[in-house]
Amino acid sequence: MMDGSNGDALTGKQKIRNFNINFGPQHPSAHGVLRMVLELDGEIVERADPHVGLLHRGTEKLMESRTYLQNLPYFDRLDYVAPMNQEHAWCLAIEKLTKTEIPRRASLIRVLFSEIGRIMNHLMNVGSQAMDVGALTPNLWGFDQRESLMIFCERACGARMHANYFRPGGVHQDLPQALIDDIGVWAVQFPATLDDMANLLTENRIFKQRNVDIGILKKQDVLDYAMTGVMLRSAGIAWDLRRNQPYECYDEFDFEIPVGTNGDCYDRYLMRMAEMRESVKIILQAIEKLNACKGQDVLARGKLTPPKRGDMKTSMEALIHHFKLYSEGFHVPEGEVYAAVEAPKGEFGVYLVADGSNQPYRVKIRAPGYAHLAAMDFMGKGHQLADIAALIGSMDVVFGEIDR
Amino acid sequence: MSEALNELGNLIETRQTNAVRRFEVVNGELIVWIIPASIPGFVEFLRTNASCQFTQMIDITAVDCPAREKRFELVYHFLSMVLNQRIRIKADISDGENAPSITDIHPSANWFEREVFDMYGIRFSGHPDLRRLLTDYGFTGHPLRKDFPTTGYVEMRYDEVEKRCVYEPVSLTQEYRQFDFMSPWEGAEYILPGDEKGDIK
Repeated sequence: MMDGSNGDALTGKQKIRNFNINFGPQHPSAHGVLRMVLELDGEIVERADPHVGLLHRGTEKLMESRTYLQNLPYFDRLDYVAPMNQEHAWCLAIEKLTKTEIPRRASLIRVLFSEIGRIMNHLMNVGSQAMDVGALTPNLWGFDQRESLMIFCERACGARMHANYFRPGGVHQDLPQALIDDIGVWAVQFPATLDDMANLLTENRIFKQRNVDIGILKKQDVLDYAMTGVMLRSAGIAWDLRRNQPYECYDEFDFEIPVGTNGDCYDRYLMRMAEMRESVKIILQAIEKLNACKGQDVLARGKLTPPKRGDMKTSMEALIHHFKLYSEGFHVPEGEVYAAVEAPKGEFGVYLVADGSNQPYRVKIRAPGYAHLAAMDFMGKGHQLADIAALIGSMDVVFGEIDR
Repeated sequence: MSEALNELGNLIETRQTNAVRRFEVVNGELIVWIIPASIPGFVEFLRTNASCQFTQMIDITAVDCPAREKRFELVYHFLSMVLNQRIRIKADISDGENAPSITDIHPSANWFEREVFDMYGIRFSGHPDLRRLLTDYGFTGHPLRKDFPTTGYVEMRYDEVEKRCVYEPVSLTQEYRQFDFMSPWEGAEYILPGDEKGDIK
């Protein structure tokens, strides 16, 4: 057949045409609902055309008809692997427009849970990247640790994933001391699991064969394709919003920013492992700082936040305020603002246009994964079909935030 | 912070007098209003000029203000890692008017412009592949326009008889609820029940 003996080759040469396949939307290594039309020349990918939007829920449209407080839970549902980091950007945007200063303890709690979110994200990502290239065990070990983190989230706010914990003006409730202590105990034992995972993966022959020199990004590429976070740093650019444009109280913390050298998938794996260790450092520092300010209020009491429960029961004004806050909601002064955080996947930004009412006029959610996936065609070109799975794994895409 | 931004704004304005309409520093953010036709030239200037170096395109979006003569406001965000500054560029576009694409300058603009087209119906001239991105295959309308209902126009379900997915006009078992929590004495835009009797005398 392939030697042209069946007579369909008119010129005597074989007639070879490229082959189109559908990757996903239900492929396990598509990390969600990604449909990708791949044009293959043999096993080499000539063109990758991701079709996204299968998880599009119209978050931005819905947000235009809800109050600022009602909109907060939507952010948990964007990147559901690290929910609290998203809420953070929304709270920062509102606080920037209303010029609210949040109490120090709330700020520390936010840092603590942002880093917990980062570890949750990276555990998920490193584990599933390994699984995409054939290793199952690291994922299971990672999920074991991830489960403890989710229980911490549950103990802080009542929900494992959809936290709704960071609020404009602080955080919903203070953490119980027992929880802070338990997080401290967890953080001390966690690096051992990282070592175990690294033992399985870092020098693993198969893992290296599948990841080293795959999806190499140069400095100019990451700039051209608007990449942020680990993707950006893997090309050797030291840029982290926590360090370069410090928000919250990150400037007080001592941590390193891992930067890659080759910009390939393997580098990104190493960086994520290193970032987790840095996050553990931040968590331990945050716990120390939290223990130094026990009993402080965690909400900037004012128009943005509810009154204390006790006040509400005794004071008429507080009761009215509480009722108005949870029905009408607070008003945000007219204006526009862009607030960004260094989410685990990259720069997660919120562009908020407020018209002075209790609902946002327009919200644009800038998800890091969106720009990364958009570069799929560029990154995938010339790679083998099997490398596409490794690429998606190292891009760290979650469709909650890409499709919004 | 805002002093440096003012300086930067002045510099951009003097170097790009043909493009810039005005600039402002609000909430510590630099906003530059420009003429739509000059978007590519201006963006290229921002990217290459040694004192700007806005090499990272962060975001492209739009805002719909139906009351205005030029209905849409295109909003671009750029980041300069060298200056450690952000800039926001705005250009007014009327309905049906084409905006120039900046995919040649920033390849990352590809999907962002597709999304703006999908959500607002703003066409970008020079875009290599202006298809819908986030909405369903065969979707009509542009959801983020203010006159597009939040519920949409069609709903899809699996039809047991026809053994396939069918699209039908939206039918809600309960009216889509828009609660009005604004206090009536803080400037309600409607006539309060009973108030209409005030004029009859």
